[in-house]
Amino acid sequence: MSLDALYQEIILDHYRRPHHAGLREPYDAETRHVNPTCGDEITLRVHLSGTTAGDTVADVSYDAEGCSISQASVSVMSDLVIGKPVADAMTLHDEFLTLMQGRGAVEPDEDTLEDAVAFAGVAKFPARIKCALLGWMAWKDAVAQATRAPTSKEETA
Amino acid sequence: MTTGMIAATVGYDVERVRADFPILARRLADDRPLVYLDSANTSQKPEQVLRALDEHYRWRNSNVGRAVHQLGDAATADYEAARATVATFVGATDPAEVVFTKNASESLNLVAGVLAWADGARRVGPGDEVVITEMEHHSNIVPWQLLCERTGATLRWLGLTDEGRLDLSGVDALITERTKVVSVAWVSNMLGTVNPVADIARRAHEVGALVVVDGSQAVPQLPVDVAGAGADFVAFTGHKMVGPTGIGVLWGRRELLEELPPFLGGGSMIETVRMESSTWAPPPAKYEAGTPPIAEAIGLGAAADYLSGLGMAAVAAHEHAITAYTLEGLRSISGVSVLGPTEAVDRGGAVSFVVDGVHPHDVSQVLDSYGVAVRAGHHCAKPAHRRFGVQSSTRASAYLYTTKTEIDTLVDGIHRVRKYFKVA
Repeated sequence: MSLDALYQEIILDHYRRPHHAGLREPYDAETRHVNPTCGDEITLRVHLSGTTAGDTVADVSYDAEGCSISQASVSVMSDLVIGKPVADAMTLHDEFLTLMQGRGAVEPDEDTLEDAVAFAGVAKFPARIKCALLGWMAWKDAVAQATRAPTSKEETA
Repeated sequence: MTTGMIAATVGYDVERVRADFPILARRLADDRPLVYLDSANTSQKPEQVLRALDEHYRWRNSNVGRAVHQLGDAATADYEAARATVATFVGATDPAEVVFTKNASESLNLVAGVLAWADGARRVGPGDEVVITEMEHHSNIVPWQLLCERTGATLRWLGLTDEGRLDLSGVDALITERTKVVSVAWVSNMLGTVNPVADIARRAHEVGALVVVDGSQAVPQLPVDVAGAGADFVAFTGHKMVGPTGIGVLWGRRELLEELPPFLGGGSMIETVRMESSTWAPPPAKYEAGTPPIAEAIGLGAAADYLSGLGMAAVAAHEHAITAYTLEGLRSISGVSVLGPTEAVDRGGAVSFVVDGVHPHDVSQVLDSYGVAVRAGHHCAKPAHRRFGVQSSTRASAYLYTTKTEIDTLVDGIHRVRKYFKVA
């Protein structure tokens, strides 16, 4: 099994020097996700430029402890989604999820996924897919909370 | 109580033992031989156990304790013979004290569960205390947390020394007249520490507390005498002692099994059932509701026979030698630190370690590419990791079939890990 297929140089670079790390103000929602099998943890904040789904991801900040795959993945994700409309960022999330669940058979689109194509090899290592998805799941959850907040009264009624 | 056996000179030919385990001969990706160092997680199974399972299903399969036909007689006899074998294996004189469960977790949940429902003095309630330790596996933490939450009792615990042993300095202040139960691991699955169970049991009994021992790592590795250890209950599991998955054991003192209420209700555990109420069968049937894991119990009996054939003193001596060799090998690598006792004294075969600058997942992944199977993560002992200021670790756990050559492959692999992640 080729280790280099898993540990692309881009991944190791992001692991050593993660982008957008550290928790910042302001933010609209904060989530904490844990991978219960290994104990990896992430606290992630999302700041949207507005509060509806039509708006833009103004910032993603995080405090994470975990392996190279999980750390690099959240770093790459932050690069990708910051500055993008929420809807577009959510499309990227779906695309990345499809790539991870594709057992190595899905051809990633470098034009949209950029550095995240480096994770294509992870899909062949079933035990590591959760690592690559930890940050994305925390982000999706945070966005859901941030966009739901103003209408929560109606929803809970 | 375990130091004496280090001197054991009895031995066995490891290569001949390995020939009993078909899986050890398999090749992994890139045609690499398997170096299985995850036996504290689950052990591999010898032909003798595989054959017992196969023969049961092929020739003697039937339900137990209820069928009046030849197969029923055969299966029942095998199931009860397995119980007797397991009892003898752990030094119990009465097979009725051996309750078959699904695993050690169920065994521990059984005890914690019935103590909430017990009548009279055994019942755990508000104001009572349960004492555990900071090195427990989650399966010996969570059931007690649930018991305390449900009954209003208080959970307390013994802390650890920096070396990874129980800090017994405050034990008399911790185990008091308020203590109803003391539950402790015999051997830690993460730190490898062998705990002075008999000493703790003595103190617990002085104050009238029940003593529960999690023997999941001890029974596979050490000659065990449940009664001599001073325990009231000992939980362990089959799959870590070359037996099948799906079978665990709760050994309990007979008078306690008789006195305490049932855990699960259903078939086999009753004496008589009327629509208004029921009465219970005597132990162990009282705690074995429903069709039990019959083949698995028979497989566990074969596993106990296999271990007895090698001799547990010889198994322990082998483990001790391999553990010492592993600790020595890890010490030779800079940037690697062992969590738990660094000398092979009162120590089991699980060795957890941290490689500076490389996450355990990544350590494990690189080792796997060389065919070395270890465990990475918190090993179901998050509080013990927290105690040592780490979130997770890599664990190599040897067993009776592990060779020094395999440990050399591990050590070589860790050097490669450090090179790969550029921390060397």
